[in-house]
Amino acid sequence: MNLELTEEQDLVIAMVRRFVREEILPLEYDLDPDADELDAADRARLIEKTKAMGLYGLDIPPAFGGPDIDLVTRTLMAVEMAQHRAGLYAPCYGTFGGAGLAQLFEATEEQKEKYLYPTLRGEKRGFFGLSEPSGGSDPARAIQTKAVQDGDDWIINGGKLWISGADKAQYGLVFARTANDKGRNGVTCFIVDTDTPGFAVRRIVHTLRSAHYATELSFEEMRVPASNILGELNKGFAIANDRLTKQRIPYAAGCIGVAIKAQEMALEYVPQRETFGAPLSSRQSIQWMLVDNEIDIKQSLWITLEAAAKAERGENFRKEAAMAKLVATEAGGRVVDRCMQMFGGLGVAKDLPFERWFREMRIRRIGEGPSEVQRHVIARELLGSSLR
Amino acid sequence: MSIGGWGLSFVSVRLSKKWLSIDEARGLLRGNLGVFALADAQQSTRYIGYAGGKSLFGLKGEVAAAVQALPAVTFVRWEVTTSYLSRYKELLMLHHYDYGELPPDNPPPAAITLGKLRPAG
Repeated sequence: MNLELTEEQDLVIAMVRRFVREEILPLEYDLDPDADELDAADRARLIEKTKAMGLYGLDIPPAFGGPDIDLVTRTLMAVEMAQHRAGLYAPCYGTFGGAGLAQLFEATEEQKEKYLYPTLRGEKRGFFGLSEPSGGSDPARAIQTKAVQDGDDWIINGGKLWISGADKAQYGLVFARTANDKGRNGVTCFIVDTDTPGFAVRRIVHTLRSAHYATELSFEEMRVPASNILGELNKGFAIANDRLTKQRIPYAAGCIGVAIKAQEMALEYVPQRETFGAPLSSRQSIQWMLVDNEIDIKQSLWITLEAAAKAERGENFRKEAAMAKLVATEAGGRVVDRCMQMFGGLGVAKDLPFERWFREMRIRRIGEGPSEVQRHVIARELLGSSLR
Repeated sequence: MSIGGWGLSFVSVRLSKKWLSIDEARGLLRGNLGVFALADAQQSTRYIGYAGGKSLFGLKGEVAAAVQALPAVTFVRWEVTTSYLSRYKELLMLHHYDYGELPPDNPPPAAITLGKLRPAG
């Protein structure tokens, strides 16, 4: 295994690092500490820059006009892009563009024309509607939203919870039960226009995270044409599961990026801050916190890069992705917590980003499948069919 | 669904606190994070604002500054919350849902994209 970055990776990472430090961090000085959006003019200006760098639309496959970047490099970039105050949930404030919902790359041509291409052009936004009040980690069993066929249409009734971006979306992917089978073979994915009668965003769900909030949705007698089924009838679980697995790698990378930035700030601070006539850096308790941080960061980084490398090779990376998500979210929380301790009162004030990272990092151990589910996934991969 | 006496949706979607006159409020407002609404003599909302991490003296300071800039307002109500940004956006979206526009004294926010809500109640 080659642990050295290639010359190209070095260059790309240096470019992203410079972008974060020279373009993003200065803007954050004037923003509210919980902000997740830039002024429209600043955002447009920075998007022009990322386009000029050839890095806009990072997750768009090359066949659809995106830059051809391998997953390991993409993961290293995600680590860099998170190294600012809003970095966990709004890395670089979206100025590197998004690919929309990756599942749409597998849609029919008609669906792509209506949803994917406008999304890639920045004209439409979508949301991913899987979790329900009954749970999100076990979607095969938790989904209670029902779709019943009526001629060429399906009538959907039910609701979703913890859904990001639904209030700003023109469409979304909604998973609903279409067969009495209570397991994974009775779920179908529908593309739903948000102006469909019966669709409603009921409320914002306020959490530890003030920005990039989640919403609660309700569907009442919502009529969706059968042509809006994404993939095959009753095969929606595979679409959901594929997304959950892939999402774990960038999710882990964001946590590592924030942990690296927190550690960098602590390393700058502790030699300057004196207590009882000596700098903090001379105290063994502080040194050990820094050492533990460094180990947490390195372990998470290598596990996450291994997952990315396996995914890039087209191998089964389910176990590695779950390990990356588990280790990076837990380690990230520990690193930020130790850094807050080293900074004392400043660590919990809104003047510095630690308090925001602390709140948002706590969510990461739950979002996209909690630590316990990741352990379950890993155990299932290790034990295979012997696990009941 | 209720757990330990707390409902899953225990936060009122709309700002339901009682309107107070500006004079009454002066002695009650503190330096907390939160959201607030200002209204005219008919108790029609004219402005919705928030006290965030960069607000000097929190709600007390932000309400005082807004009242100074908007002399026609006579009532205020507020909610202390650390989720001030998401609550602020929610209140603007609710106002838009109820009246088809933002409060008259709210300039379109430059760094905030508002979505669409359709509350149940």
